[in-house]
Amino acid sequence: MRKVAIYGKGGIGKSTTTQNTVAGLVEKGKKVMVVGCDPKADSTRLLLGGLAQRSVLDTLREEGEDVELSDIRAGGYCQSLCVESGGPEPGVGCAGRGIITSINMLEQLDAYKTESGDPLDYVFYDVLGDVVCGGFAMPIREGKAEEIYIVCSGEMMAMYAANNISKGILKFAQSGVVRLGGLICNSRKVDNEREMIEQFAKQLGTQMIHFVPRDNDVQRAEINRKTVIEWNPECKQADEYRALANAIDGNDMFVVPKPLQIEQLEKLLMDFGLMD
Amino acid sequence: MTTEETSCEAPELSAEQLKEEMLKAYPSKTAKKRGKQMVVNDPDAIPEVGANSRTVPGLITQRGCTYAGCRGVVIGPIHDILHITHGPIGCGYYSWLTRRNMVKTVNEGDTNYLQYAMSTDMMEEQIVFGGEKKLKQAIQEAYDIFKPKAISIYATCPVGLIGDDVHAVAKEMKETLGINVFAFSCEGYRGVSQSAGHHIANNGVFKHIVGLDDTPQTHPYTINVLGEYNIGGDAWEIDTLLRKCGIHVVSTLSGDVNYEQIKNAHTAHLNTIMCHRSINYMAEMMEKKYGIPWIKVNFIGADQSAKSLRKIGAFFESKELQDRIEEVIAQEMAALKPVRDRVTARCKGKKAALFVGGSRAHHYQDLFKDIGMEVISAGYEFAHRDDYEGRSVLPNIKVDADSRNIEELTVEEDPQRFRSDFVEKKKRLESEGFTFSDYHGMMAEMKKNTLVIDDISHHEIEKLIKLWKPDIIGSGIKDKFVIEKMGIPCKQLHSYDYGGPYAVFTGAANFYEEVDRMLHTKVWSFVVPPWQKEGNGTEKPYYAPRKEKRDKENTAWKKTAEVPEEV
Repeated sequence: MRKVAIYGKGGIGKSTTTQNTVAGLVEKGKKVMVVGCDPKADSTRLLLGGLAQRSVLDTLREEGEDVELSDIRAGGYCQSLCVESGGPEPGVGCAGRGIITSINMLEQLDAYKTESGDPLDYVFYDVLGDVVCGGFAMPIREGKAEEIYIVCSGEMMAMYAANNISKGILKFAQSGVVRLGGLICNSRKVDNEREMIEQFAKQLGTQMIHFVPRDNDVQRAEINRKTVIEWNPECKQADEYRALANAIDGNDMFVVPKPLQIEQLEKLLMDFGLMD
Repeated sequence: MTTEETSCEAPELSAEQLKEEMLKAYPSKTAKKRGKQMVVNDPDAIPEVGANSRTVPGLITQRGCTYAGCRGVVIGPIHDILHITHGPIGCGYYSWLTRRNMVKTVNEGDTNYLQYAMSTDMMEEQIVFGGEKKLKQAIQEAYDIFKPKAISIYATCPVGLIGDDVHAVAKEMKETLGINVFAFSCEGYRGVSQSAGHHIANNGVFKHIVGLDDTPQTHPYTINVLGEYNIGGDAWEIDTLLRKCGIHVVSTLSGDVNYEQIKNAHTAHLNTIMCHRSINYMAEMMEKKYGIPWIKVNFIGADQSAKSLRKIGAFFESKELQDRIEEVIAQEMAALKPVRDRVTARCKGKKAALFVGGSRAHHYQDLFKDIGMEVISAGYEFAHRDDYEGRSVLPNIKVDADSRNIEELTVEEDPQRFRSDFVEKKKRLESEGFTFSDYHGMMAEMKKNTLVIDDISHHEIEKLIKLWKPDIIGSGIKDKFVIEKMGIPCKQLHSYDYGGPYAVFTGAANFYEEVDRMLHTKVWSFVVPPWQKEGNGTEKPYYAPRKEKRDKENTAWKKTAEVPEEV
């Protein structure tokens, strides 16, 4: 089983990209589980067709210790398996600790198998925002996730966040198995975006695994509570996600990243942003 | 183990040499830092002590945490309010007062909650989703069962981390229940020691309790005794003595005190401070807001008790009161004399070392002085520079980030209740040579070339015992048994072991006898430590000189066939 975590700046499109990519994998017949690590619990909406599902932490709170795997895991598009960690209301408690609790719970429940007990091909952790504290680093600690993909764009703050996340990966890579698998560029139509992210990836010691162009079909599919592949399997954007899924499936480049100094990062932005 | 270290006849090292020996084991950075916290005393040119700084990780320290200082020391002894610890159950243990703060209820139906330990027992769910709801439930539940006058809430470390707003909960429950509910942000990780907790506690008591009851005093001579926690009944001895003299104690903060007394504390004529470290904030704030002056007193030791009484007498400027005080001192001294003389004859010249608290390491020197004993080394666990060097250094104390982290209340004159007549009186008395706000610190009263050690570590205590051979050490529970295993009696001065009271003249008699008993019991020579029992018998004992010395004494004792009562 490959253990994948998707990180990236808030609002960059992690959940959308994760679910669309997972759709590409399950379409190929891969057995995949998605674990949403965001207190908003909205990481599996497209795969589940908008079905609200009970989060691990809510279930744990209501049922006490007597939790069944079926209470917290739901089947989505093409037998994909969906779990939402959940968490507290904004501004209270500790969401990071919630993620730790939630992942421990999944392990205890032996959740890393299909319903018929077959091994999974993939588990995807879709993690909120930046690696702000120990809890959000949980998926990359202790071997919970082994390969990380960072969703970014050519916007400065997205690259800053990607660089910061690389620092987190570097920290845990030194003591564990986690490696960076690549950057996914979710285009915002920034000037020279593809070249800049390719260069950025190179400097980090990794690759840009795929460039996902901006396409309003993504929004249309979202309004319909579907992944692009489910909503319109024939459209061009569906092929983009299939290509990303294939690239991840065939990826063998796993590195310990070399985070950039701020000066290097700013130079990169200057070089590409002012090219014309 | 070298022969020099184990030999009883080793030449006495100077304080400077001892300090060097202690520092030898440390890495250079640690040695540099500890070096500033160990100084050779000179009462005429008091050196600077690097006090109130962080303990170096790896050193075994005596210190406690901020929660312990706030909940455990300053507010904990108020016996008729409910104390609820908001946190996991481990911290809840310290919600159960274990410090021997004694309490007697005055009237029929009075409450004493000190035997209870109350905690919200936070668990994973509260950490993840926030614990405010459970805290509210706990307050409601406690209220329903006990119907207390007031409830106090204490935040532990995780509460600070997840950001539960304990003050908002307190405010809400105060309105709901119609009783006083207040909270303390005394998370254990704040500050460098429990000292931060004392400050936080002072702020809270001042903000939420003091000044709620304006009933005026009818007694002509009223005082508060601040920083006296009634360990082993000390406050009762002080209270009895003051009453004999004709002085009325409005409130004792916070030994055997109730909520009503604290509400009324601001009506006293004078604040007297015992433990300067833990309560000077309160005295300063009360002076600013209400105009009540404060003086430092010390009721530990016969000579110091007499001095303190006379100072209070001088403040009130009443011939009648002063005569009465002299009469009482004469009576008490006469009653104490036989014990003092007897113990002095047996203990004179013996050496003591004191490592405790924020004032006790100073105050107890006076008891030892009373019986002719010598204090060779002393230090506080959590005090600041002013407690060592005197308040004159206050303007020069560097405020570091750790201290800045503790709230400093902005206090202003209360337009209605400020006593400008007190201020006038203070001015006049000062012009006549009377000193207020006058703590000169420990070092001014210690001899030249004694060694002052702040926040002493176990390693340093061991070195001190081996190289300077004190006859008795006054310390706390964390080092008591380490010291006693080395064959040196150790008196716990936080809790007094099972003894006390030791305050004023009556208590002094208890202390003299206790020291005599501890110094002269033969029990130490009967103890064979495990390292002497095991193995092939060739190992050198860890520390043997005391045993050898006592063996000699034992032989002498057998010859004279004098039977000591203690054995």
